[in-house]
Amino acid sequence: MPSLGADMDEGTVIEWLVKPGDTVARGDVVAVVDTSKAAVDVECFDSGVIEDILVEPGKAVPVGTPLATIGTADGATAKPVPAKPAAPAPAVPAKPAEAAAAAPSAPVPPPRRRPPVVGPLVRKQAAELGVDLTGVRGTGRGGAITRADVQRAARPRTETESPPRAKVTPYARRLAKELGVDLAQVVSRDGIVRAADVRAAKPAPQAVKPAPQAVKPAAPVVDRTATMRQATAKLMARSKREIPHYYLSTTIDMSVALARLAELNRDLPVERRVLPVALVLRACARAAEKVPQLNGFWNSEGFEPGEGVRLGMAVSLRGGGLIVPVIADATGLGPVEMMDRVRDLVTRARGGRLRGSELTEATITVTNLGDRGVESVFGVIHPPQVALVGVGKVLERPWAVDGLLGVRPVVTVTLSADHRATDGHTGARYLEIVEKLLTTPEEP
Amino acid sequence: MTPDEARDMIQAALLTVAPDAELGDVAPDADLREELDLDSIDFQAYAAELSKRSGLPVTEDDQRRLTTLAAGMTFVSRAS
Repeated sequence: MPSLGADMDEGTVIEWLVKPGDTVARGDVVAVVDTSKAAVDVECFDSGVIEDILVEPGKAVPVGTPLATIGTADGATAKPVPAKPAAPAPAVPAKPAEAAAAAPSAPVPPPRRRPPVVGPLVRKQAAELGVDLTGVRGTGRGGAITRADVQRAARPRTETESPPRAKVTPYARRLAKELGVDLAQVVSRDGIVRAADVRAAKPAPQAVKPAPQAVKPAAPVVDRTATMRQATAKLMARSKREIPHYYLSTTIDMSVALARLAELNRDLPVERRVLPVALVLRACARAAEKVPQLNGFWNSEGFEPGEGVRLGMAVSLRGGGLIVPVIADATGLGPVEMMDRVRDLVTRARGGRLRGSELTEATITVTNLGDRGVESVFGVIHPPQVALVGVGKVLERPWAVDGLLGVRPVVTVTLSADHRATDGHTGARYLEIVEKLLTTPEEP
Repeated sequence: MTPDEARDMIQAALLTVAPDAELGDVAPDADLREELDLDSIDFQAYAAELSKRSGLPVTEDDQRRLTTLAAGMTFVSRAS
């Protein structure tokens, strides 16, 4: 059982995607593991043939428990899969993602059946309606299951037979799908279902609440909100118990960076436009490379520098909770690439489709509350890391330049750092470099 | 496009980023980002979805303006 984040003590295999006898390569997704936060695709750390599955689905086991054994290619010895906690060297898990990003044509593991992507509210609704989510096709972003999908899946359960198929116009069919209207329930004037009929049949918002008689005895549902709260509570309490934090803050003129963004975005379609956060994350990563004392881990022997910058990015989930996917090799990315990575990770983090390697071994973390309208955030370090960067909202503020007062877009970037690992002087240098990177033309 | 069709299109686009959203309660001029707790990445995905469904390009100015249901209605009603 690999450690999928600093706050994970145990995990439950939801599903094995391989069976004994299957040949696997390092980086293949072999199982889906439920942590307190999300269902995560777990990759294999070795190549060979699966010999034994040691942990059956549904059983919670501590981090470090062998899940299966793999016979190496020559058939000699069996090696336990995910043997030690947080096992891979930081460079290892980066590779598959890198390869996939660089060469889309490179051989990738065949698509496998995945667990449904579903938010906590939708999960609750499904439990109330007695809908088995594994059979529901998601129509939301990234294949996420929406409330409408659940309702659609719930409806047939209450009907014993389907009426004869009516003629439906293509637009009406599409509309019905989007609105979650069951075409069998649509009344048409002349036997042909049109868009207007579909709209007329659309359930009123109140009607979507499950009727009392439809409620099945609630299946035991993991209350993710509570377990996630517990995981965060444990990690944050440990941080404040063990880490003597110091805090620094600086306000940065973003006019150069935003001008660069406008230029970049002019030629990009809406779905690839770069948001200010990508430039700030990029500057944070590059500054961490220049100040390696803040990029790494504090352990019993003292400070251990990270290999490369693996930038953790705190992502809030709909319905509450926090998950921290990792941007591997964050210093090598241009602004558009950085934005693509951020968008992809955020979307999949919220959809519950991250890979294990995307949740481990962050060397420094950034929390961005810029969308929530706060000016600054002083975060709590995620042990064993030694620094956390906080990014606030980009705001227009009076700003003095060359003795003149003007209005500029500014952002407040803060640093929470572990005083055991560094002193304020080092932290100050870090923020200075972030500022320099964001205010130098051509740099952001 | 009729107002009904425009509204349905916006609703469908929003549901892809906020699967648990209840749009019935959202006022036409309320800020969708606040009402539905969308961050800038969600909001960009919504604008992209609206562009895809309506077939209209979303400029940066459009993207800035699309923050309310009413603005969304105005935008998609330009589609034939």
